[in-house]
Amino acid sequence: MIPAAFDYVAPTTVEDALAALAQYGDEAKIIAGGQSLLPVLRMRLNAPEWIIDLGKIESLRGIRDDGDAIVIGAMTPHSVVGSDPLVAEHAGLISKAVEHLADAQVRHRGTFGGALAHADPAGDLGAPALALGAQFVIAGSGGTRTVAADDFFVDLFETAIGEDEILTEVRIPKHTGWGACYEKFVRVAHQWPIVAVAATVKVDGGTISEARIGLTNMGSTPIRARAVEEALAGQSLSEDVVRAAAAKAADGANPPSDLNGDADYRRHLATVLTRRAVVAATGG
Amino acid sequence: MTATQERPADEVEREIGRDRRRKEDQRLITGRTRWTDNITLPGMLHLAMVRSPFAHATITSIDTTAAKASTNVVAVLTGADFGDELGVCINAWAITTDQVTPTHSPMPSDRVSFAGEIVAVVVARTAAEARDAAELVDVEYDELPAALDLKKAAADEVLAHPDLGTNKSALWVFDSGEAGTGGNVEEAIAKARTDGIVIEREYRQQRLIPAFMEPRSVVVDPTGEQNTMWSATQIPHIVRFALAATTGVPESKIRVVAPDVGGGFGGKLQVTPEEWIAWAVGRRLGKPVKYTETRSESLLSAHHGRDQWQKLTLAAEKDGSVTGFKVELLADLGAYVAIVGGGVPVLGAFMFNSIYKFPAYHFACQTVLTNKTWTDAYRGAGRPEATYAIERIMDELAAEVGVDPLVIREKNWIKHEEFPFTTVAGLEYDSGNYEAATARAKEMFGYDELRAEQKQRRESGDTVQLGLGISTFTEMCGLAPSRVLGQLNYGAGGWEHASVRMLATGKVEVITGASAHGQGHETAFSQIVADRLGVAFEDVEVLHGDTQISHKGLDTYGSRSLVVGGEALVRAVDKVIEKARPIAAHLLEASVDDLEYSGGRFSVKGTDQGLAIGEIATAVFTAHNLPDDVEPSIDAEATYDPVNFNYPHGTHLCAMEVDTETGAVKMRKYVCCDDIGNIINPLIVAGQVHGGLVQGIAQALWEEAVYDDAGTLVSGSFVDYLLPTAADTISFEVDHTTSPSTTNTLGTKGVGEAGTIASTPAVVNAVVDAVRHLGVNDIQMPCTPERVWKAINGPGSGGATEGAAMPHFESGGAAGNQEQPGQSSTEGAGS
Repeated sequence: MIPAAFDYVAPTTVEDALAALAQYGDEAKIIAGGQSLLPVLRMRLNAPEWIIDLGKIESLRGIRDDGDAIVIGAMTPHSVVGSDPLVAEHAGLISKAVEHLADAQVRHRGTFGGALAHADPAGDLGAPALALGAQFVIAGSGGTRTVAADDFFVDLFETAIGEDEILTEVRIPKHTGWGACYEKFVRVAHQWPIVAVAATVKVDGGTISEARIGLTNMGSTPIRARAVEEALAGQSLSEDVVRAAAAKAADGANPPSDLNGDADYRRHLATVLTRRAVVAATGG
Repeated sequence: MTATQERPADEVEREIGRDRRRKEDQRLITGRTRWTDNITLPGMLHLAMVRSPFAHATITSIDTTAAKASTNVVAVLTGADFGDELGVCINAWAITTDQVTPTHSPMPSDRVSFAGEIVAVVVARTAAEARDAAELVDVEYDELPAALDLKKAAADEVLAHPDLGTNKSALWVFDSGEAGTGGNVEEAIAKARTDGIVIEREYRQQRLIPAFMEPRSVVVDPTGEQNTMWSATQIPHIVRFALAATTGVPESKIRVVAPDVGGGFGGKLQVTPEEWIAWAVGRRLGKPVKYTETRSESLLSAHHGRDQWQKLTLAAEKDGSVTGFKVELLADLGAYVAIVGGGVPVLGAFMFNSIYKFPAYHFACQTVLTNKTWTDAYRGAGRPEATYAIERIMDELAAEVGVDPLVIREKNWIKHEEFPFTTVAGLEYDSGNYEAATARAKEMFGYDELRAEQKQRRESGDTVQLGLGISTFTEMCGLAPSRVLGQLNYGAGGWEHASVRMLATGKVEVITGASAHGQGHETAFSQIVADRLGVAFEDVEVLHGDTQISHKGLDTYGSRSLVVGGEALVRAVDKVIEKARPIAAHLLEASVDDLEYSGGRFSVKGTDQGLAIGEIATAVFTAHNLPDDVEPSIDAEATYDPVNFNYPHGTHLCAMEVDTETGAVKMRKYVCCDDIGNIINPLIVAGQVHGGLVQGIAQALWEEAVYDDAGTLVSGSFVDYLLPTAADTISFEVDHTTSPSTTNTLGTKGVGEAGTIASTPAVVNAVVDAVRHLGVNDIQMPCTPERVWKAINGPGSGGATEGAAMPHFESGGAAGNQEQPGQSSTEGAGS
């Protein structure tokens, strides 16, 4: 279908993009890779008067090593993130999740920051970012601020990014040497996950020193399975320990009911997938 | 005389049976061709439709002022702006003489009967401007209660069309006792209740969406002497007839062209409101117009398929010999009786007995009107539903008797030496060999090894259980003998037409009334003509789909093109040869009786003298030296009316793994051995079988059109209507046994629908077989992980689909469904 007419601006700096955002306010919508916005426009679910395209801002692309963190530019395409050796070494959970994200075309057009800013609770990057304790760098007219992952996801399609702000980069603390698994449950390959579990675990000499687990599509935002994390921390790695801990995966979750499954089924899936993800992340 | 076609017969490779690459594929795959939407005419205007968001409502007012004032809008028209010139969408098959059939205006002016129905059309200079203005049309509705659930609608609780007084459209009954083709089913059931086995089940055929690749598109040019419609349709000839019959425009003033058409699966076997509106608007304005639907519109308003409840009662002796089968169907027509409409379940009526020798059979189908999208043919049309029911319940019988499901089938099926066989439904099956196809399939499958693995997994309590599913299907295709259609009260015949034009340069034009939409007719028909006439494959051009070129035909559906259209072609080619014979005799100065025709050449017996058919075509073109009283033409045509349906069959075996922890199902192996008679092009057949299998598997596992409580199509995009891709399927193993059909010259049988008809029950049987030892005997389609898991984990589960879409876009109504999942229109058959 044909989108409603809109005006288009493609600034080359973050400052110009912020200025455009300030100028057009409510009438503007930011486009990153367009993989979620374009369907919305084409189905005429939204008809912004202005589209601000971040695609020409070179400073928003790329991945760099910044000491204790890996920094991923918001406009870096998934395909680049997924094949980046720094990400694989220090934030393996992200690499694993990107492997399963949509299809090759979407991975080449869609962007890391765009997907996180869209905040679809069934998106594949929120739970890994949450599990890894990512920091979201957000630029606004008054300068730059950093928001922790726990505070970034506010609600369905809602984040801490203000209406006059732009997500510029995501800092991911290094989890070098941590095992990782993204366990995604779908009916067909191109589907959003019904439930997915992002698990990254550090094991020292047979003991789980720390586990960080994020859940996809188990609520209106990605959530941490903190009860599981707590139950695993400090325990000797064994199938029974993992099974007992994973049984708590849905504690406090409020998953949706839809065509692919009701909330109770999702709660059940979360426990099974968490067990499998932790087992896989710990080399099982 | 020049020799253009001379090829020694012994050097010519036979074309029939050769895996020719399809000659049409380059242009189809690259898209450098004439899809309807590619057609642009001088001064052409574009249409956008305004559709009802409500399932059932009175239209109280339509304000078009703002839309008319929008940029480059030429006109905004509603149903009230048209009179009879708008015509109606026809039902060609009143299945009973008292069928209740609501009038189907392409654009009603008073009341809408399903969400997606057109209430106004905007005409503008560009498609974007038309769409912009469509948003400005202000329609006021008074909502009416909607008849949505099929069973409730059958009880007339809420009326889909209040003026009709009932939702019940027609009750169609076949009874073998009354027809004299078998015994009384009630007696068989009564006896089985005392000393045999009675299996009673209710199966759900969920509603499906054909989801062809090319959206429907129509271009109308009213500026010529003949008004022309290009349409992405399977049925240009029927569209032409129906336009003439319902709009008052003489048939001779109408030309309909189906250019290259990108798939249909029955979904383009329709006369659509969009075609009729485009026709009326183009003629009203005197300008060419184009309408191309969006994918959302296609899913919402192009006709759907299936949607039945099947109540089944199978009576058998204790050893598993079936003594009677009773079938009671409820079939959802949607808001209107579509062109085939209630005929779809009737096409299944003769197939519930399948390959078996049942002594008694009763079939009753109640068609029901609801306030949902209309339903009609979808790949297999009636026969997949029948095959599913019988193949599922034969597995249940096997479980009850305690034997392998293949054993129960063998006990009941028609033996190969019993053909031709007249069934309890009154059909005469001409040929087949169920034993041979089954033996070959078992061998390919490694049946005994997989059964051993299944046993081992059960005994060890493996998390992943293995199930084996069987489907020994047959179907009736090659639609259809006209006399039979007449007896069934169908509004047309079932013949097909072909003609062969012998060009002066020795090339051959073949015209067929069967209009391809992806099947490969151009290649397969070229092979038939090349062989039969003895000319080069490359020298044959197949023309179709334009009523000016192909003036006569009944189009493509029901696996009819080869077995009916191909036979017409064979007969036309044979006439060419016979017309050429006296001319050849004259030119060779020989007696007609001394001529033999082989390899494209008449030769005089016992001499080296001869003439190629192309040379005779040239001689006819110049016409300088022809026998007296012989017309200067060897062109010929033939119209063929089949004497019988055509009965392909096959044995399909499927192995499914079920993850008992999550309910996830995974296909492990799929083999099939189909008997489709003689094969013209093995590569095309493989494509038909593979594609057909995926479509049938998709019904078993993925696809379902779901409506919410308000009558809104929840699965209205490919986010929620799950079509599989190559990533979701495995490599199928396909083989064939051959029992040539005895009712057509080439011994062929239809293959277009076979894979779809056969595969669905094979998959579901496998899933159920994997968990039967856990107390499960049914899982409603599609077998979602949730349904499978619930079936394993408790009674009363495995049923309904939650009626909400997955929200992925932050604006608009989709996200709003998240908080309040409605109940769907489907009900659980349970476990």
